[in-house]
Parts: sequence; C-alpha cells; structure tokens
Amino acid sequence: MDAVIRRRLLMLGPLGIAAAGSGVFWALLLRMQQGKYDPHALQSMLVGKPLPDFTLPGQAPSAGFSNTDVNRGKLPALVNFFASWCIPCVEEASALDGLARQGVTIWGIAYKDKAAATAGFLTRYGDPYHQVARDADGRTAINFGLYGVPETYVVDRTGIVRLRYAGGLSSDSVNDTILPLLRKLA
Amino acid sequence: MIPELGHFALALAVALAAAQAVLPIVGAQSRDPRLMAAGPALAVGQLTALLAAYGCLIWSSVVNDFSVYDVAMNSSSTEPLFYRITGTWGNHDGSILLWCLVLAICGGAVALFGRGLPSALRARVLGVMGIVSAGFLLFTLTASNPFRRMWPPPIQGAAINPLLQDPGLAIHPPILYTGYVGFSIPFAFAVAALLEGRVDATWGRWVRPWTLAAWCFLTCGIALGSWWAYYELGWGGFWFWDPVENASLLPWLTGTALLHCAIVVEKREALKTWTVLLAIATFSLSLCGTFMVRSGILNSVHSFAVDPTQGVFILVLLAITIGGSLALFAFRAPVLAASGVFAPISREGALVLNNVLLCSLCAVVFTGTAYPLFAALFHVQLSVGPPYFHLTVVPLLVPLFLAMSVGPVLAWKRADLAPALLRLWWAGAIAALIGIGTEFGLHRAFAAAGFAAAAWLILGAFAELVERVRLFRIPLGNSWSRLRAQPLGVWGGAIAHAGMGVTVAGIAGMSLALSTIVAVAPGQTIAFGGYQWTLLAMHDVPGSDYTAHVADLRIMRDGRQVAVVHPSLRTFGQQHQTVTDTSIQTNLLRDLYIALGGEQDGKVVLRLHVNTLAAFVWLGALVMAFGGALSLVDRRLRVGAPARRGAVGVPA
Repeated sequence: MDAVIRRRLLMLGPLGIAAAGSGVFWALLLRMQQGKYDPHALQSMLVGKPLPDFTLPGQAPSAGFSNTDVNRGKLPALVNFFASWCIPCVEEASALDGLARQGVTIWGIAYKDKAAATAGFLTRYGDPYHQVARDADGRTAINFGLYGVPETYVVDRTGIVRLRYAGGLSSDSVNDTILPLLRKLA
Repeated sequence: MIPELGHFALALAVALAAAQAVLPIVGAQSRDPRLMAAGPALAVGQLTALLAAYGCLIWSSVVNDFSVYDVAMNSSSTEPLFYRITGTWGNHDGSILLWCLVLAICGGAVALFGRGLPSALRARVLGVMGIVSAGFLLFTLTASNPFRRMWPPPIQGAAINPLLQDPGLAIHPPILYTGYVGFSIPFAFAVAALLEGRVDATWGRWVRPWTLAAWCFLTCGIALGSWWAYYELGWGGFWFWDPVENASLLPWLTGTALLHCAIVVEKREALKTWTVLLAIATFSLSLCGTFMVRSGILNSVHSFAVDPTQGVFILVLLAITIGGSLALFAFRAPVLAASGVFAPISREGALVLNNVLLCSLCAVVFTGTAYPLFAALFHVQLSVGPPYFHLTVVPLLVPLFLAMSVGPVLAWKRADLAPALLRLWWAGAIAALIGIGTEFGLHRAFAAAGFAAAAWLILGAFAELVERVRLFRIPLGNSWSRLRAQPLGVWGGAIAHAGMGVTVAGIAGMSLALSTIVAVAPGQTIAFGGYQWTLLAMHDVPGSDYTAHVADLRIMRDGRQVAVVHPSLRTFGQQHQTVTDTSIQTNLLRDLYIALGGEQDGKVVLRLHVNTLAAFVWLGALVMAFGGALSLVDRRLRVGAPARRGAVGVPA
C-alpha cells in the first residue's frame, strides 16, 4: 500500500473509534427508552425469595397487614413502598391508579411518614391501595433491603418475590414491565 | 417576570451563538474583514446574554420563586443563602446552563485577549466555539430549560440534595466545568488550524497558555472532587474508580499530554498532527465526561436522573461536535507537514514517550470505564473495580515516573542519555535509599516503591534548575543570581512535576493507613493505631435545616490529649436523608478520620482511620496547579506577548 493512502487511513482511525463509541451509546439509549436497559437496576436479594416477616399497623381507616396477609390475599400482587414527602411517589400515583383500576391488588406501605401526612397524600393523589400499613420507623424497609421510596415488589402466586422495581413507576414501565410480568404470573 | 427575562436572555444567547457559528467562518473563508470582525462582538454579546440569564436564575433561587420548577425541586427557603445560590448548579438543568456560561466566558476571553491573533484565525476559532455553543444552548433552551414554570407553585421547595450541602461540593462544579470547558479553546484552535491547513509555532504559542489554564482548573476540580469523596462519603478512601471520577481523569490525562505536546509545536514545529488530535480528543473526552454522566447511561452515585430523550439529543450534539472535528481531521490532517526533525533520545523524544504513556493510561482507564457498557449491550451485567485499575495503571506509571525526571534534563533535538542520567545520580541515590529504608523498616513493598518514586520525582523535578544554576560548580553567590534569573516557566514546570511527587507520596502513605470499625458505649476507651479513643457522650444538635446526632470523642496519645472531635450524622428534615459528617483531625502528616455509624444496643458504631500523609494527595494537586499557574504568568508565555510576534510572522 502506498504511503499516502496508509497515512490517510491512519487519520481515519480516530473517527472510526468515535463512530463505534457513539454506536454503542446510541444502542444503549434506545434500550433505555424501551425500558430494556437500566443502568441503575439493582439486583435485589429478595428476588426469588418469599417476603420477609413483618406485621405492620394500619393507616386508618385501613387495617394493618402482615406478610402472611399478603400471601393469603389475591396473588399475584404488588407491594409498594411510598411516602408523602417523596416527589417520585406523587409522579407514580397515576400509574398505580391505572393498575388498581385493572384489578391489580396493591399493598401499600407508608415509609417513615406521619399518619396525617399519609392521609393527606392519599386524599390528594388517590388511594390505589388494597390496604395501607405504616412502617413508621423503617424497620420493615430494612428487611426488604429498600433502596429508597418509591419501590415496588411483585409477588407471584406462591408468595415468591419476582421483581423489585426501584423508583417511580410510569405508564411506560407499567405497560412494558409490570403488566407483562403479572400476566405471566397469573 | 425575572425568570421570563432569563428565558428571553437564553433565547437571545442562542441566536447570537448561531450567528457566531456562521458569520466569522464565512468571513474567514471569503476573506471579508467585516464578517470576521463580527466574531468578537457576537462572542461578547453571547457572554453578556448568558450572564444575564444565569443572574436571573440565581435571583429566582435567592428570592425563593417556587413557581420556577428547578427552584422548587432543588431549593427551599430554609436553606442558607449560600446554598440557594450554589443550588442553581446542583441540578441537571442549571448545571448545563452553567456549562454553557463557562463556554461563553471562554469565547469572550478569546475575543478580548485574542486581539493580537491573526484575524482569520481568530474568526475561525470564535466560529468553532460558536458552533459548540449554539448546539448546547439550543439543547438548554428546548430540552432542559431551567426557567420552566410550575403551576400551582408549591408553598415550600424540595430543597437541595443534602449530600450537596457542603461548601467543597458547592464550588466544585464551577471549577471542574472551567477545566472541562477551558479545553474548548485548544479544540477550537485545532479545528481552526485544520480549516486553515496550517499549524506553526505561533499557533502552539497561542494554544499552550489556554491549555495550561484549563489544565490548572481541571487539576483543582479533580482534587476537590476526590477530597469531597474523602470527607463527605465517609468511606475513608480518596479515589474509587467510579465512572464519574474516571470521566474527569480521562481529559486530564490527554490534557496533560497536550500541554507537553504544545511545547514541541511551539519550540520545534514537530508533532503537529498529533497535537491537533490531542486537542480534539481532550475536549471530546471533556464533553463525554460531562454529558455521558448527565445522560444517565453510566451508573454512579453522582449522576442525575435524566430521561433518555434528552440523552439522544445530547448524543446527536456530541456526534456532530466530535464526529465533525474528527472527520475534518481525517480529511485535512495529512496536509499538516512536520518541519522539525529530532533524534529518539532528545527532549522531544522524551515528550513523545510521555505522550505515549499518558495516552496508554487514558486508554486503560477508558477501557475499564466503558467495558461494562459494552458488556451491557450483550446482556452481561458486570462492573470493573479497583483491582483492574491497579493492575493496569501501576505498570504504566513506573516508566512514566522514571521519564518525568529524565525528560527535562535532556537537550532538544539530540541528546545523550548517559550524561543526562549522571546529572540525576544524586536524586536516584536518595530515592533508592528512601525506598530501601522504608522496605526494611515497614516491610511494605508498595509504600516503599511509592516513597522512592515520590523522592525521585520531587528531587528530579529540580534537577534541571540545579543544572541551570550550575550548583556547586560555580560559587554559590553566582548560582543564587542565576537562580533568580530563571524564567518562571522553568520554575512552574519543576514545581508541577514536584507536585506529582507530593501526590505520589500521599498515595504511598495512604497505603499504610489503618482502619477499624468498633461498637463502643459512652465512656468506653478503645486503643487503636497508637491512639486511645474515648467516646465521651452522644447528643443531638439542631442545625439550619437538619438535626445532627453528634458524638463527642477524645483522642489521646501517650497520656496527652491530641484532639476532641465531633463526628455526626445529619438527618435532613425534608428528604429524610442522612448524611455523615466525618471528623478529620489533620497535622498534614496523618489524618485521624472518624465516621459515625448507627447505634445498636446502646453502643455506637464508629469507624476509625489513621490515614498517613492523606493531605499530601490533594496538596500535591494544588502544587501541580500552582506550578501551572506560575508558568502561565511567565512573561514569555503571556497572552499578549506572542501577539506582537504573531502579527509580524503570519499575515492574515
């Protein structure tokens, strides 16, 4: 090969590397949009295991519940941690509402929240929950390995946790992740 | 009303940047002096508009205007004024506006200080900066506008992330961004040179001070980030090879290479193509560092959550900027002929070696950072941890450190290695003694090697000065007057190299650090690391918008009190987030570092560290930046000085 062409090809190298890099980023961004890739996805220790033992007092007027109540109720079901002071919880309220209207059982656990504040939250943004319990000191959350609120767990028909979803649910993540999984587990 | 003014000023800046992107370059191509002269005016106009816009954002935050979405989400009236101001760049939208502001400041600086530049070169440089500016300003205006309104406004804002409520981190983004964005100037010069098809000594003379300034800021920015991680995260380490940390290290490595390469272009008119490529690569890596982090692709504690559509916009911008400049490089670089020739053993040769090693380091770190992303594409979840980096980085550092002291004593063009090494024998002998002494005393090979390298770097850094003043070969008085006559640039280089040695000493010292986790009851004493640590009491202290759970701890050594420290856990009311406030008692030679953990069964969990020479890690970075600043004020390199020469040598 003649030297000039070789030199020209060499000079194309950096562009090639940059093109390859942007191709990868492009593919990852596309997957993020489709919900197939989440860099922040956290593998939960709970996935594949039963819910941890807990018995929590209720948020009036709802009665409290325990892990056995969840396992005896209608399955598959969702367990959702939320709090009135958390903004993503407000944002996911409509997505949860949609799920509840499709007949999905959602057990709500108010995390480190005052009863009055939780009540205000439920009247303002709707109450999609089958029952709401209070985890005032956050001890149950520790047993769940909670990363932050909101967080949603999918429990299958045998009481095994199949998915932990950290962060607020949106209509996209409900349609792409939660509903297909629930249909598979039903 | 004020946010609308800010919004308008932002839109105005987009328009001015768009004009700046087109007119000067068209003018330079068609040799129309009026169009070329529009460049500086537009750059200053854009800067003014963005200053106004950012002022409006700060104003909205200071007066607690919660109808502005970003203020409501990131500020609250209970915060101190300082954090209401710094909170404007503590979130995604504001930080990008700040980024654009710094870019505009760079453009303004070229417009104002570049009067002596050949007018066509200045027009092209400003035009390229306008292109970059226009793209990112358009992104700010359309996809991440910090002036968005929210209705109805909340009564109280959601407050800044408590981790960011810290003076060190509050000033971190402006400094880091100045470093990142400062590299846009060498980048613009490189692209302008490709457009002109000419790189000469004048060009190198102009590029070097800008590169140096950006490099100083980036050095400080990285050090500040590492220092913050050390005292705020409470893990006791100073570098975690986190993707965001790596992202800031990559442009630093290529920027350091660029800095040294520009010397060769300036002095010897060689390595031109390579310098241009480095200038492009450094700014490209800076862009990736800022925006890949922002796009949320990388998983890190530092990243903001962003929706992927913004990510696509950013990717397109990056593709245009980076891809465009590299395509131009592929097309035009072959015409940049080198005129200077040099032998492999010479100052130039040493600088080439420095470049090869720095770029290899960059490639290694880049691979470790990007590999998990590539793996994710094939559905493999993995993370690359410190073991990989230690294994790959250290073998490259050894030759780099060796060459760092040898390079400066070599002559330009052609040199002999043997006499050069002879001039360094004393530095080598002392370094070897220190290394052997440490190994015999402590039996810690890594620390011994580290201290030896540090001594070699610090002593070797001043070997060139010793040589220049002919120490002990002429009377001391004559040496002294020679020393005073040395240009600041020589001092700057020596100090910067010595700074690296100081950092290496710090890292070696940290490898000797001790740490333990203990559970103690109030009144109990623990002996650890040669100190007696007594937990005196626990109590709660209310803060501005948090409650602190404080431990009082007395540290004694040999019956004498060393310090009473108060590590605490701060719980912030609004977010229910807990932040550790570590206590660090330092005497520069060792840090006593105490982080408070939770409580169990009436006992308090404490993490105790005795960190040897920890302060040296950041002190070294400051020394490096100081060295850079010193050579920046060197008369010979001052921005105005080359202008007179440039005007004669290069007709526009």
